[in-house]
Amino acid sequence: MAIDYAALKKGGFMRQKQKNHFSLRLQVVGGALTAENLKKIAEVAEKYGEGYVHLTSRQGVEIPFIKFDDIEQVRSELADGGCRPGVCGPRVRTVTACQGNAVCPSGNIDSYDIAKKLDERYFGQELPHKFKFGVTGCQNNCLKAEENDVGIKGAEIVSWVQDKCINCGVCVKVCRQGAISPNDGIITLDEDKCNYCGRCVKSCPTDAWLGESAYILSFGGTFGNTISKGDEFLPPVTNEEQLFRVTDAAIKFFGDYAKSGERFKFTIDRVGADKLLEVLKEAYYHNG
Amino acid sequence: MADFNVTEKVDITDVVCPITFVKAKAVIEELETGDILEILLNDGEPVQNVPRSLKDEGHKILKLDDNGNGTYTLYVEKGEE
Repeated sequence: MAIDYAALKKGGFMRQKQKNHFSLRLQVVGGALTAENLKKIAEVAEKYGEGYVHLTSRQGVEIPFIKFDDIEQVRSELADGGCRPGVCGPRVRTVTACQGNAVCPSGNIDSYDIAKKLDERYFGQELPHKFKFGVTGCQNNCLKAEENDVGIKGAEIVSWVQDKCINCGVCVKVCRQGAISPNDGIITLDEDKCNYCGRCVKSCPTDAWLGESAYILSFGGTFGNTISKGDEFLPPVTNEEQLFRVTDAAIKFFGDYAKSGERFKFTIDRVGADKLLEVLKEAYYHNG
Repeated sequence: MADFNVTEKVDITDVVCPITFVKAKAVIEELETGDILEILLNDGEPVQNVPRSLKDEGHKILKLDDNGNGTYTLYVEKGEE
């Protein structure tokens, strides 16, 4: 019987150099695994693999050295531990994320929650080539948003509240963009310089800076054979509904225009950034 | 100089973060609600972090003076226990 490698790849089984052996990729969202998942993974790795796992560069887990004949059994045992197989090939891949503001003091958004929602919406969706999402909580960019086909970065749209301000000057010092200037008790924000990092909000000892969570999106990042960072085409996105309208539009653009085996960056280059901008803007402003 | 009825003073310029905050916290914990603590702290990390950390502990930041010599003086009113 011929082995259908494409079907196996789609189901997360990656062919190894060693005949009849597969490295099984698991579905992991934002690098989070429960203790139950981990116990089952350890059990399966010992029973069917070689007693170890590989942590992938995109927060995933692979169990190498699964034998072809054990594939069904491995799938079903992993399912008992709440683990699902991942995907490879031309589709939406693992959504990566940092821990975000649910855990991290620097976070501007709940990255993990956004990653789960992206995963639910798109994971495994068939496309002309691989498509990667990454979600990072703030400008520290631990999750390297711009490496992804679509990167999402937590932002803070800030405003100053005069009557709470004691003119201590902390915000002026923490702003790395030089966007905040004090003048006779009045603080001015240079919106062209502000990069939405939210450091003024987080450091202010009197809550005199208000911040509204937002998302900065980048499009067309790739860090494999070609290295290119994703571009920001839009102003910050200010709510989840708008976020998913824009991500829907980006994926649709890729599905509509990409050639088979062409990464998003090259589709944008070939079809034209202006054309992508048009559909993104339509989704962003909801004119469509 | 600020016009506050300072109850206690602490100099945290001899330690680095995060001990700066720990040292200030240890002193403020001995005070009564409404008492005012004067803290001498360094420019850089301490001035960017200590005021907010004290606020997050429930204390009220009254004033921050730049001493012009690489140090700052912070006035904090102790919050409710």
